[in-house]
Amino acid sequence: MMVATTENNPATEGMAARGRSPWADARRRFLRNKAAMFGLIILLFVAAFAIFGGLFSQWSNEELDYNVMGQVEQLGGPSFANGHYFGTDDLGRDLFARTVQGTQISLAVGVVGAIIAMVVGTLYGATAGYVGGRVDGIMMRTVDILMAVPYMFVLILMLVMYGRSITILFVGVGLISWMDMSRIVRGQTLSLKGREYVEAARATGVSAPIIILRHIVPNLLGVIAVYATLLVPLMILTESFISFLGLGVQEPMTSLGALISEGAGTIAYGTTWQLGFPLLFFCLTLFGFFFVGDGLRDALDPKDR
Amino acid sequence: MFSYILKRLAIAVPTLLLLIVISFLLMHSAPGGPFTAERELPPQVLANLNAKYGLDQPLWRQITSYVWGIVAHFDFGPSFVYKDRTVNQIIAQGFPITLTYGLLSFALAVIVGVSLGVAAAIRHNTLLDYIAVGLSIGAQVLPNFVMAPILVLIFTLWLGWLPGGGWQGPEYWILPVIALSTSFMASIARITRSSMLEVLTSNHIRTARAKGLPERRVILRHALKPAMLPVISYLGPAFVAMITGSVVVDIYFSTGGIGKAFVDSALNRDYAVMMGVTILMGALTILFNLVVDILYGWIDPKIRY
Amino acid sequence: MALLQIKDLSVTFDSQDGPVHAVNNLSLSIDKGQTLGIVGESGSGKSQTAFSIMGLLAGNGRTSGSIKFDGQEILGASPKVLNSLRAKRIAMIFQDPMTSLNPYMKIADQMAEVLTLHQGMSKRDAVAECVRMLDAVKIPAAKERIRLYPHEFSGGMRQRVMIAMSLLCRPDLLIADEPTTALDVTVQAQIMDLLNDLQREFGMATVLITHDLGVVAGFCEKVLVMYGGRVMESAPTDPLFAQPTHPYTRGLLGAVPRVDDEDASMTAIPGNPPNMASPPSGCPFRPRCNYAGEDCYVMPPLADFAPGRARACHRPVEKVIA
Repeated sequence: MMVATTENNPATEGMAARGRSPWADARRRFLRNKAAMFGLIILLFVAAFAIFGGLFSQWSNEELDYNVMGQVEQLGGPSFANGHYFGTDDLGRDLFARTVQGTQISLAVGVVGAIIAMVVGTLYGATAGYVGGRVDGIMMRTVDILMAVPYMFVLILMLVMYGRSITILFVGVGLISWMDMSRIVRGQTLSLKGREYVEAARATGVSAPIIILRHIVPNLLGVIAVYATLLVPLMILTESFISFLGLGVQEPMTSLGALISEGAGTIAYGTTWQLGFPLLFFCLTLFGFFFVGDGLRDALDPKDR
Repeated sequence: MFSYILKRLAIAVPTLLLLIVISFLLMHSAPGGPFTAERELPPQVLANLNAKYGLDQPLWRQITSYVWGIVAHFDFGPSFVYKDRTVNQIIAQGFPITLTYGLLSFALAVIVGVSLGVAAAIRHNTLLDYIAVGLSIGAQVLPNFVMAPILVLIFTLWLGWLPGGGWQGPEYWILPVIALSTSFMASIARITRSSMLEVLTSNHIRTARAKGLPERRVILRHALKPAMLPVISYLGPAFVAMITGSVVVDIYFSTGGIGKAFVDSALNRDYAVMMGVTILMGALTILFNLVVDILYGWIDPKIRY
Repeated sequence: MALLQIKDLSVTFDSQDGPVHAVNNLSLSIDKGQTLGIVGESGSGKSQTAFSIMGLLAGNGRTSGSIKFDGQEILGASPKVLNSLRAKRIAMIFQDPMTSLNPYMKIADQMAEVLTLHQGMSKRDAVAECVRMLDAVKIPAAKERIRLYPHEFSGGMRQRVMIAMSLLCRPDLLIADEPTTALDVTVQAQIMDLLNDLQREFGMATVLITHDLGVVAGFCEKVLVMYGGRVMESAPTDPLFAQPTHPYTRGLLGAVPRVDDEDASMTAIPGNPPNMASPPSGCPFRPRCNYAGEDCYVMPPLADFAPGRARACHRPVEKVIA
């Protein structure tokens, strides 16, 4: 009667027999994940393009090439001879330089937006989970209600009213995406709350904000990192969407969404490279983040294994 | 079940009111107000305009009359830009079009997505599964504003099979519907596949097999319902994202839907139309979430009580 | 002819860490109406043996050998053949009653579909028959409660529903896979009593899979002791309990608490069951066996040593003591 507990599937049994730290285990799983490593390589390539691409560019992003102007369809195609590796846009501006800049802006919006969403969501969720009770109820009910708002419209409303500045775009994109993060963090906080070291800190009179920042948040970093990585592509999608509508970043600055919009508007004239190159970098960036995020989640989140 | 629906309604109604009030306050707090934007108006004209649109009243008066107008008469007030048109007229013109291709896209995404996901799960690790997974990963990075130009490039410019814009008959519906539904179809397929795979390994499915039920009946009667639960929770956010995506479709395909009116009003600072559209979309979202909740309760007996 | 005849059954799972041999060369037979206990620790292969009979192995499982039911080969049989036997002639009760019933269907619907499918009954007749069967497993107010969902039942009641469902077609063979493990101790006894009564009433052959030798003693005529995917010993119940000779069987018996003997101290077997992905060479029990010697690095064959008794051991206890 004391001999055995329930019977497991023999195929999985004994896997945990050797002792490994959870982090080393996660790293091993991540490194063995082909899709995640592929995504990481893609991301490194895109980042290198955004950071160092400007060094190879023979034109600035604002210069007009008068040689191709007016004959963009015939002369503006990708060519090494005139230094327009990706061709030019319909005004004769170098598409390579513009794609480099667009990638920079899109990555920046994605990362900054994700950080804002992460900070707001983490603090909100950790507070709700830690304080608990009525406050938790009200805070999470508020999130439920806010989830039902069509944000893109509100964001556009904000952009129109407060001027189409890139700051509003950064902050707005981040502020509309913290709700999912807060739900996840709250759930994790609830489970951490009962741990001994948190109880000990509370018993010795440490204040709630300090406990949240010192003891709760650091233990959530794994989960937060995973979901932040998955938020970046969503932020980039949101920014690109708004820029596609012409409501995002303003000329002479550009983003991948704005470039896709321009390319989409001119395909009828046969300048398909204007759509193709920004689209390529847009898709590569999203792919990279999705693959790496999924890989991190599989590696760190035991539930999905 | 009845009290469950009542409870859900009790959340939906205040959410809608909150949405109206928030967007009104957002508009009110906009720097300058609607008529100070482009050109300087003489003080007397401005006062007259403010009086005409009720903007000289105290704030709470404005809010109550605006809310009352919407709730009691379904009246969103006059447009701030087009003197002879009300917000209702502008919405009434575009909404039926948006609704037509929106519902078609939604139905297409759900039907194809679920079928593909179920088929992939049943034929796990076969060619069909790999193709389905590959397609759905690829389509993740093809949001509507990327699909739209690609579709036009291929089917209108290269092949010449379908019109690339306008709204004059069913052949004009095809490209907008595909552009809007692709990425959601992919997400639904992915969610369906993974939840179906999980359900198929659960104990009650083993029981169903042990009862000697044919595989078809096991899938349809025992596995499909629980496998649909994650899909149904995704339908809420997907609906919001589709509503948002309709803006791109209206702009790119010139379908004349409500999204066009929204972007025009955003560019013209026609706050009344923007708010009208935002509130309408919010109401649709809330209504849809109510339907999702009821569906959820219908499937899962544990939630109902 | 035996009702169920298993010969040289082996079950292997393909896993990331290589093949896992869950069951090795298992043979057994059961006659009509007979009761057989299969006893073993976690991972001994007893549940996988049961799943092989039902054709319910996980997708990465491979089998070899033969399983004949009423003379018909059913190992690797087509789904059509298996479905004509399942529930109708071979029924199974699972370990975890909390999850084995479909939580999204009313009890009436999931029970009645067995009868409408296999016996061609109308829905109304089927439900009436299900209510009778729920009465037989002593579920109070069965007529009303059949309209409920599983989550409205306690664990013991759910297992009663499972038992009732498995008996609907009066099967010739019932396989009960740890039917009481997930239940409270008091409920365990009630369920075993119920199974005992039903077995006598319906007269079906029964395979009881358990890690609890105490349960076997009160229920089974024959016992098969498994360890590390192999049969260690097979014998009629009474002599096995009276004179256990295999070191592992003795260890198992030592681990059963006894109420009648105050002096006997309970001794657990030292060590843990083997990791089936990398089993020890030779006899799987060797690393934990007090009597093991050099010869145990070769797997001993399962050989008869007394009428109806067989064991796989180089160093049975009687020999060591003598």
